[in-house]
Amino acid sequence: MTDQRTAGGVSTGTPPGGVRRIRLPQRLRNTELWLLLLASLINIGAILLVQFGTLGHVDTQVALLGVGLAVLAFGLHIAMRFVARDADPFLLPVATVLNGLGIAMIYRIDIADNEAGWESASVRQIVWSAIAIAAAIATILLIRNHRVLFRYTYLSGLVAIVLLLLPLVPGIGREESGARVWIGIGDIATFQPGEIAKIALAVFFAGYLVRNRDSLSMVGKTFLGMRFPRARDLGPLLVVWALSMAVIVFQRDLGTALLYFGLFLVMLYVATSRLSWVVLGLGLFVAGALVASQTLDYVGNRFANWLDPFNPERFDQDFGGSYQLVQGMFGLANGGLIGTGWGQGRPDITPVPQSDYIIASLGEELGLAGIFAILALYVLFVARGFRIGFAGQDDFGKLLGVGLAFVIALQVFIVVGGVTRVIPLTGLTTPFLAAGGSSLVANWIIVALLLRLSDTVRNHPRLVIEG
Amino acid sequence: MNRELKRVTIVALLMFLALFVSTTIIQYVQAENLAADPRNSRTLYESYSVERGPILVDGTPIAFSQPSDDNYKFQRVYANGQLFVPVTGYIPVNGEATGLEASLNDYLSGQSSSQFFDQLNRLISGQDPMGASVEVSIDPVAQQAAWDALGGYTGAVIVTEPATGRVIAMVTKPTFDPNSMAVHDGSQVEATYEGLLADPSDPLFNRATGGDMNPPGSTFKLVVTAAALESGRYTPQSTFPNPATLTLPGTDTVVRNSGGGTCGGGAEVTLADALRLSCNIPMAELGMELGDAAIREQAEKFGFNTEFEIPNATEASTYPRVLDEPQTGLSAFGQGDVRATPLQMAMVSATIANGGIVMNPNLVDAITAPDFTPLQEFSASEFGRAISEQTAAAMVQMMVNGVENGAASNARIDGVSVAGKTGTAENGESDPYTLWFTGFAPADDPQYAITVLVEDGGGLGQEGYGNLIAAPVAKQVLEAVLNK
Repeated sequence: MTDQRTAGGVSTGTPPGGVRRIRLPQRLRNTELWLLLLASLINIGAILLVQFGTLGHVDTQVALLGVGLAVLAFGLHIAMRFVARDADPFLLPVATVLNGLGIAMIYRIDIADNEAGWESASVRQIVWSAIAIAAAIATILLIRNHRVLFRYTYLSGLVAIVLLLLPLVPGIGREESGARVWIGIGDIATFQPGEIAKIALAVFFAGYLVRNRDSLSMVGKTFLGMRFPRARDLGPLLVVWALSMAVIVFQRDLGTALLYFGLFLVMLYVATSRLSWVVLGLGLFVAGALVASQTLDYVGNRFANWLDPFNPERFDQDFGGSYQLVQGMFGLANGGLIGTGWGQGRPDITPVPQSDYIIASLGEELGLAGIFAILALYVLFVARGFRIGFAGQDDFGKLLGVGLAFVIALQVFIVVGGVTRVIPLTGLTTPFLAAGGSSLVANWIIVALLLRLSDTVRNHPRLVIEG
Repeated sequence: MNRELKRVTIVALLMFLALFVSTTIIQYVQAENLAADPRNSRTLYESYSVERGPILVDGTPIAFSQPSDDNYKFQRVYANGQLFVPVTGYIPVNGEATGLEASLNDYLSGQSSSQFFDQLNRLISGQDPMGASVEVSIDPVAQQAAWDALGGYTGAVIVTEPATGRVIAMVTKPTFDPNSMAVHDGSQVEATYEGLLADPSDPLFNRATGGDMNPPGSTFKLVVTAAALESGRYTPQSTFPNPATLTLPGTDTVVRNSGGGTCGGGAEVTLADALRLSCNIPMAELGMELGDAAIREQAEKFGFNTEFEIPNATEASTYPRVLDEPQTGLSAFGQGDVRATPLQMAMVSATIANGGIVMNPNLVDAITAPDFTPLQEFSASEFGRAISEQTAAAMVQMMVNGVENGAASNARIDGVSVAGKTGTAENGESDPYTLWFTGFAPADDPQYAITVLVEDGGGLGQEGYGNLIAAPVAKQVLEAVLNK
């Protein structure tokens, strides 16, 4: 597709030396428009099917909120027609349809729980989606060139640390289901700053690694066929490791720790092409997790539930037992291959069916077929992100694109893998699907950054020419 | 950098591959196992998506499902629930079902193998799946009469057809409304159940077929007399010593006749008079002469030590496995460790009325698919022969005498010959008696066998006795059914 700007070009009014300025019919944007239309139809259809399946009639008010969301997504699309004409056409429709399916499921569970109006999770999710897409539009309008972010490498690092520490600050920190990862003022606006921190961390890692890759990759002793870094270069790895361990111990959030550390390791590997970093890092993390599973009750419970969830003792344990894990599997099993259909299953039996367990809820009502479709959408999203890494011209952009795409992949793996017993269950949100404002805002900003990066990749020749 | 990128891409793909595999395992490979897990409440809810078949008495539903707009598609409703709960039982959203709701669950929920093609047919033709209906043998007139006659007593009444074993009436008191256990709020069901369980009057017991089993007292003398006649060594005219007290050998236990004194007059008493007047001492003497093995054998032929499924589960009445001589003496008048349900004693009377053949008791007449094709018709079946026709005939005569001019006189009905036997069983030094009546009518053409059980001495403690309390209840019920 990289040859699109020459294929089918229009040559009217070409000023000499400025060929590239001529705007071709925006083929990528048109593709995106159609896909976005399809995504919006799927979303509105899902909401209507939920209403038919649960209420038996159409509630136009909520359906209109869904339409409003589609309008915002089209807003982002229109913004891109002006400021990111050559951005990837798949990212926005994929994020939109995932976001919409999530809203439909949250709405469906609200109906089961007799929640409605502005206090209900679905309406809040719609409002947060609007805020998140608005944030994405703002991002793509403000950041016209991703290399600006390279300048703020260390500021990003600082921001990430501050965001991570915020929930531990007395007064604004909030604890929910045992994890201290929330902030709030009074009773309102609970926010997970850690979600935003993952973007800041990706920017910081990309910037830092591009600056320091030589010292991290070139020197060191060879052992067992691998060149290991010098002790003095171990600093960054140890800092990030310590940070992850702190998240496990003080915020009691295994999933987030795994996410940050996995992100760092992958970016480190891509930047330095040294497998020894991965070996060292994984060794450190596994050692830390093992110690944690022995010393921290909540981590130990997670492991025990993972290994033997059907044990009645684990199932009946009041706190930290396997009830949720097993109920989620019952739900998925109930869905079978084709699912019960919207509003026909019983996802509300499982605790937190609209956030951590939304994938089990969707699996129950949309079946294995639906899960495969959703996972395929994630694969597509992540693949488009990696594509930036492959096609990118500057290392910072490549690294950032890979980091942002991989963080989505890893997050999906940690959540869905936890629900389906691939790994121990940890609390993380499923990107775009799960109820939660901070997660939506963070992931939509990632969409905006990936769009910006993909636009730059395709525009690179122009950037060179125009200097 | 691109080489590393490729590897990272492969890692990411492997991560997704793991998710594709894990979801496939749960949603396809393991799906059936997960659905079969007893902790899987979704499977329970699934069972509510089928319109459960009704339970009918004489064509009128006493349990049926009506559409519900909550999480469950249907609400089970029990019409006149307290009256019929020993028959229908209930099916709660959590916990175990009871009664026919449990015993015929496969049919009622449409899951029995005989309904497979019917359900497939409904699926293809776009009809909602539906369970089969169950027509029970209960006669509404008899059931209501039994309920009314039992009044405020703690106890049970059971009426059967001697020739078929069909259960015509089955009432137990105190009882409860099964609708309270059919609500869709699980915690409310639990609270209700806990409350019923803690209630000292034990409303959850079906005293007709189980519960806190009572000694049969003098009604068990029918079994001992039958054993004596069957042995060939005794006739109704066989005589026994007639003292006023009997100390059981090797013990301090003193047996007295009810009311004290001897059994009628004279130094000796016949078996017929001992049964008619319901005397304990001659029965204890007879029992010890027969031995526990002979009594047990006879009792088991009547159905003791067998759990009958009618098809509801019932508790087995028990005659203990091994007894020494004094214990055998006590068991001969239904004390010691002998325990019986009204159902069992009704079977004893019905067997005597039926010429000696024990019919299997049964509550259900027919099971019918929603399209009115019969799935199962119940016909009378024999449990076996307990006594010879001659023994049966002799016992009918003795039981008629018991009502006409004996200890069961309060069951007399003008113009109808009633056969019967009362019982007044001791439960402990100062505990209230358990009162019994078992019998049948008309004696010359038995249509109905009846057993009445009244616990707690009918409220009179140790002042109540079978003929005072239980016999009039039986009389009232028999009059109602005979006058239909």
